[in-house]
Amino acid sequence: MADYKEIVSKYKDIPGGLIEAYHALQKEYNYIPEEAIEVAAQVFGIPKAKAYGVASFYSYFKIGKRGQYIIRMCESAPCHVAGADQVLKTLESCLGIKAGETTADGKFTLELTECVGQCQATPVITINSKPYGDLYPEKISAILGECK
Amino acid sequence: MAEEMRILMRNYGKIDPLNIDDYLNAGGYKSLEKARSMSQKDLIEEVRKSGLRGRGGAGFNTGMKWNFSYSAVADQKYVICNADEGEPGTYKDRLIMENDPQSVLEGMAICGYAIGSNQGYIYCRGEYPYVVEILNTAIQQAKEKGVLGDFNIEVRMGAGAYVCGEESALIESIEGHRGEPRFKPPFPPVIGLWGKPTIVNNVETFANIPVILEKGADWYAGIGSKSYPGTKLMTLTGDIVKRTFIEVPTDITIRQLIYDFGGGIPEGKKFKAVQIGGTSGGFIPETLLDTLIDFDSMAAIGATLGSGAVFVMDETRDIVDVTNRITKFFEHESCGKCSPCREGTKRMHEIVDKINNGLGSATDLDLLGRLGTVMSKACLCGLGQAAPSPVLTTLQHFRSEYSNKL
Ligand SMILES: Cc1cc2nc3c(=O)[nH]c(=O)nc-3n(C[C@H](O)[C@H](O)[C@H](O)COP(=O)(O)O)c2cc1C
Ligand code: SF4
Ligand code: FES
Repeated sequence: MADYKEIVSKYKDIPGGLIEAYHALQKEYNYIPEEAIEVAAQVFGIPKAKAYGVASFYSYFKIGKRGQYIIRMCESAPCHVAGADQVLKTLESCLGIKAGETTADGKFTLELTECVGQCQATPVITINSKPYGDLYPEKISAILGECK
Repeated sequence: MAEEMRILMRNYGKIDPLNIDDYLNAGGYKSLEKARSMSQKDLIEEVRKSGLRGRGGAGFNTGMKWNFSYSAVADQKYVICNADEGEPGTYKDRLIMENDPQSVLEGMAICGYAIGSNQGYIYCRGEYPYVVEILNTAIQQAKEKGVLGDFNIEVRMGAGAYVCGEESALIESIEGHRGEPRFKPPFPPVIGLWGKPTIVNNVETFANIPVILEKGADWYAGIGSKSYPGTKLMTLTGDIVKRTFIEVPTDITIRQLIYDFGGGIPEGKKFKAVQIGGTSGGFIPETLLDTLIDFDSMAAIGATLGSGAVFVMDETRDIVDVTNRITKFFEHESCGKCSPCREGTKRMHEIVDKINNGLGSATDLDLLGRLGTVMSKACLCGLGQAAPSPVLTTLQHFRSEYSNKL
């Protein structure tokens, strides 16, 4: 709890700082812990429902635990026609999870996303926001291997 | 082979974006100096006269917009650079910020002087943390050199909501709220961030400003189409030989774009459709490829120039399947504030999905057409108003693809 307060308080005096505080929390934990939202509500002096409402509005923020590596597969139209489906299937079978799930060891979370702005290299995934492009199924295991 | 015209990207590959000295040696910040030697009125008139229209999609004359904020009386005004770039198939603003960040800062500072603002924000999408780092470095260097004077710039990060690219939703988000669009009027240039006059311009719009001042409004107005002068940065995706970016004057045709600049369709396949302007853009068939890409010519055929994304589909592509994917996008991104969009995007996806799975009937096609028409008129913001466009234009130009699935 103390940690959450320390992180959130840094943004208390910045106008509109709540969203910046959430970014800082997610940078630290890879997700936004539920209790951290209550702490944020206290620090910013707003109702808990409002603090929760802001966090849940934005799809980049995830409330509740996620893995160490967040893999996001772009499913926007340009990636879709470039073969995103096959890449997704390969990811799902390599990791043994479906999109939206986290591996049992807590290492990987697989998610779907809309365009991540790397469309010169469709289809694209990001791992902890770093983009990997021009993918095809055979490339996946090597990329996952980089995640130690 | 048609030639690109690199005005915005004049420094691409020539300067180190993380070294402000390179930008200064290339003539950087001379335009800000020049702007500050002019009266605010003359400066705004120069920008207006150049004919520059916003590159974020709405195509409003930039000088005229600035004039609204200049004329508004207030103790504080703001300049916001819209770097939310959420339109699928678009990455032009990222290219500008990654390769020439100082040109954006300079454009913002010129706007700040013009309207009387000392505070700017760059709202950069959350998916671009590496761009945020570049921007912060650039701002730091500009501060150390003192080139910005008393104009301060802060970067704020978006968090994966497409609707936050809409200027009033973006403002809500900077204020720390859910990014839901506001009712308009009042418009941001008069009542914007924290209730103060606020200019929101796109990254590409700001990046055009320094060169307009350097070379003059008349020079700029003479490039490309008369009604939408200058160059446009376009990103080519889908079934096209060169999946890359290009900067072209606005008086070329869609056909030139795809065949002369993009190298045509790969593997000798035939062209089927192109969607321009991002995911909310209309689908364009072969018969309309000789249309000019400028804002008004595109609007005349029921399409948009939008963000400048060019998504090409060859003869093997399933139009209904792609449209289905797009309707899912809008269902997901609708913010839910108004019911025509909240309900409409949901039903639209439902119906297209049903047709795509072979379960639709002829009445569904009529229903789609009617739903789309209502949404384009009744929705509160541009998201809901433009969401039906891919459906309506594919129904218009590729109806047989729907019929074949019934
Ligand atoms: C749903 C929606 C998303 C938008 N996304 C963006 C965006 O990502 N970037 C942008 O510059 N403008 C976007 N716009 C347009 C902005 O509302 C606004 O018109 C623009 O930032 C004004 O800048 P300009 O005059 O320089 O084009 C969007 C509009 C809508 C309705
Ligand atoms: S049109 Fe859609 S995105 Fe825009 S305000 Fe209404 S619900 Fe929100
Ligand atoms: S469409 Fe997938 S990265 Fe842009």
